Amino acid sequence: MAEFILRRILQALLVLIVMTVLVFFGVNVIGNPVYIFASSECDQECLARIIADLGLDRPVWEQYLVFMGNLVRGDLGNSFTHGVPTLDLIFERLPATLELAVMALLMALAIGLPLGMRAGLKPDAFSSRLIMGFSMISFSVPVFWIGLIMIVVFAVQLGWMPAVGRGETVMIFGIDISFVTFSGLHHLILPAFTLSLIMMALVIRLTRAGMREVLYSDYIKFARANGVRERRVLSLHVMKNILIPIVTVLGMEFGGIIAFAVVVESIFSWPGVGKMLIDGIAVLDRPLIVAYLIFVVFMFVILNLLVDILYTLLDPRVRLGAASA
Amino acid sequence: MTDLAQDVPGPRTSNFRLAVRRFLASPTAVGALLVFAFFCVAALLAPWIAPQNPYDLAQVDILDSLLPPGSESFTGMTYWLGTDGQGRDMLSAILYGIRISLIVGLLSGFFALIVGTTVGLIAAYRRGWAETVLMRIVDLQLSFPTILVALILLVILGRGVDKIIFALVVVQWAYFARTVRGVALVEGAREYVEAARGLRLGGVRILLGHVLPNCLPTILVVATMQMATAISLEATLSFLGLGLPPTRPSLGLLISNGFDYLQSGRYWISVVPGLVLLAIIVSVNLLGDRLRDILNPHLRR
Amino acid sequence: MTHVLELRNLDTSFFTEGGELRALQGVSLTVGSGEILGLVGESGSGKSLTGFSINGLISPPGRVVGGEVLLHGENVLDLSREAMRRIRGQNIAMIFQDPMMTLNPVLRVETQMRDALAAHLSLSRAEARARSIAALDEVGIPSPEERLRAYPHQLSGGMRQRVAIAIALLHQPDLIIADEPTTALDVTIQGQILALVQRLCRERGTALIWITHDLAVVAGIADRIAVMYAGRLVEVGPVDDVLDNPAHPYTAGLMDSVPSRGRRGRRLNQIPGRMPALTSLPEGCAFRPRCSRATDACRAPQELHDIGPARKVRCIHPLTEATA
Repeated sequence: MAEFILRRILQALLVLIVMTVLVFFGVNVIGNPVYIFASSECDQECLARIIADLGLDRPVWEQYLVFMGNLVRGDLGNSFTHGVPTLDLIFERLPATLELAVMALLMALAIGLPLGMRAGLKPDAFSSRLIMGFSMISFSVPVFWIGLIMIVVFAVQLGWMPAVGRGETVMIFGIDISFVTFSGLHHLILPAFTLSLIMMALVIRLTRAGMREVLYSDYIKFARANGVRERRVLSLHVMKNILIPIVTVLGMEFGGIIAFAVVVESIFSWPGVGKMLIDGIAVLDRPLIVAYLIFVVFMFVILNLLVDILYTLLDPRVRLGAASA
Repeated sequence: MTDLAQDVPGPRTSNFRLAVRRFLASPTAVGALLVFAFFCVAALLAPWIAPQNPYDLAQVDILDSLLPPGSESFTGMTYWLGTDGQGRDMLSAILYGIRISLIVGLLSGFFALIVGTTVGLIAAYRRGWAETVLMRIVDLQLSFPTILVALILLVILGRGVDKIIFALVVVQWAYFARTVRGVALVEGAREYVEAARGLRLGGVRILLGHVLPNCLPTILVVATMQMATAISLEATLSFLGLGLPPTRPSLGLLISNGFDYLQSGRYWISVVPGLVLLAIIVSVNLLGDRLRDILNPHLRR
Repeated sequence: MTHVLELRNLDTSFFTEGGELRALQGVSLTVGSGEILGLVGESGSGKSLTGFSINGLISPPGRVVGGEVLLHGENVLDLSREAMRRIRGQNIAMIFQDPMMTLNPVLRVETQMRDALAAHLSLSRAEARARSIAALDEVGIPSPEERLRAYPHQLSGGMRQRVAIAIALLHQPDLIIADEPTTALDVTIQGQILALVQRLCRERGTALIWITHDLAVVAGIADRIAVMYAGRLVEVGPVDDVLDNPAHPYTAGLMDSVPSRGRRGRRLNQIPGRMPALTSLPEGCAFRPRCSRATDACRAPQELHDIGPARKVRCIHPLTEATA
């Protein structure tokens, strides 16, 4: 087990190094780094200073080491527009994004699992066809369009929900959290639901497919033949088998949620890292963009690592197989 | 449990007519095909059937801006779908928008198909370290969300039809590569490939002449799905202001333009292009679903 | 002898897009206390389906459409879902063919046993544990405490089947339906499991329906035999009588196609053709197209009729005109 996790961590480190190389050369080769780090009013002298500052007169591999050195120390430069370290900005905005993403994930599970189970239990029922139609549509419709409709219907027409912004927040463990206040929760529902739809479609499909497979398995028939109550059969015997692939996929998709949060945040003016990125792009705050990029790469690699470990914990076959190998 | 004898047709049927018949047996799929064909024709004929050329500023009257659907212009022309903030006829803008969205979707899907299929075939045929390296790249690519990669690329590259197509190809080729390699590995192990090898046919000839044709049904399914994704991604990126320049408004950009007017109740500017976008993406996805059911029932994820 | 279970004219059908498929037609059977009935047939003959029809676990689109399933004289088909659930495990237990598939791969043996116990009893964790250990011990599982903590994939096939049997016997059911429980096992393990089930049933007076396609197994374990073909019973009788003097041509054909020690070197006779699909059952006797004795009279519907003490056959040209 420990050896398995160690191997995964080493793999993750390798990916991280490869990705920093890609980002570094992406910034340095595709875009001119001088223009990325210089504001538009920079004259010749200022440009020369930036070149020296960035160490562009030195060989490329040396530049990369400097870049990595700064990275390890957590220094990704200052934002043009905010004038503060970019990483500070990211960590300041991150709780809002995570809150949105986690809420969306929970909504997707809370709504998607029962719907998927229903569709799997009675695949030919009208309601099941309706559920699959809903899944199909929410899977294909672009997120921004759903967000738009949400605003038109629930904020503009019905006036039930606020259209933009985050509500009151409360500081807990030094992190701003909004879902504990009514206003915060009220503001959270529309964007979180919008974001949850993609995953909900996925949860429904996976649950239904899992049900179709597991329900007809001998071990479920055996549990039923022993008189185990239907509720228990579904909630434990079936569910635990279905959850393994769902957790894996959702773990991998969580990164996708953070990515789509960019869209949702900019529609609902939700003050997270995604909105920050779009605003940063609009004013060409390049250090901020680079910092976001590096941050996302890190997050993804760590996330994939966690999913792998969680998966092995959930599935005894993988867990014990790895231990004996 | 039910050991009922059933006459299940073989999973792989090369019979083209049978496939067509099974496709036509689904009313949903036929409906989707009709919808998609309708929009394709509309896009093709846009310059001739649109009441106005929305790119020609001489034809656009700013005084006609923000008119609701069905209004008449000073010149007596009816704006069936209203006008936008610059006084553009929405019907014309949408027709041209469909044109751009479909071009982006088709071209990016096509190039991604070429790149991905080539990589997938090479990986399946060469095996060894070439396969390992290529497939590692594919895995890495697939572990990052497409929208984020496309977004970053467009930040670096800037706006433009060519640039968004490039970005979409970059994020989509890996899907083709992975699928094609999978199918090609299976096909490569079959007797006829062994036979071809025995005849000392060249590698390229075996790949193109024998393996590729058998991958085509799968490629077609993936291409359909990826085209829907490409159209959706392009719209999303354009909505965020990153995809296409304002001079070439795609459906996403039209929706984005109308976004500011939504709260004041001028819904048509966003909603109508949105519905068109929805219809296109859903119909393409339905087509893909049906094709997958017919051509390759094992492809389900 | 009182019947633990009696099936009267059981009809089970599958409702597919192509219409109703009559998978079981008029199945009538009895099993007495302590009796072992061997239910024999090819795949698709409906023998497994008979088992699932008895305990009400047919998957849709299948459904029992007619007849009665009498458990101690009470028709369980009339029972509510909850009442039927209480019968499953408590009165009627089931053992499946493939021990690899019978136990839930992601739940520990203990959880699966505790759930089976909790289905009919309210026990504390410790009590459930004690009963589980006793049950595992009884089926001959060494160090049962350790096995409780195991996941199914950590056990061998034979061990898994023992666990499944232990679970099925937890509530001392009146009837056990064993659906080919030894087919997937090694020969030596097969023998052990056979002996185990036989011993447990004899000791407790449990009725047992042993579903199999293997006549040798039936010969070794069963008191009576019932042969199924295309959803119908074709022959029923005491196991020795039937195996010594098969009356239905199909039973005889089945026996001829099994290698046996007494006939070494003789060519095995195979039954020509294959069992008809439910979608295209011939009229009259379903075995007619494969039968060398068939005549035009076989096109008429056939009834199961007595041909001797406790012997019945569904054939108008039986091989033995046994004397009553």
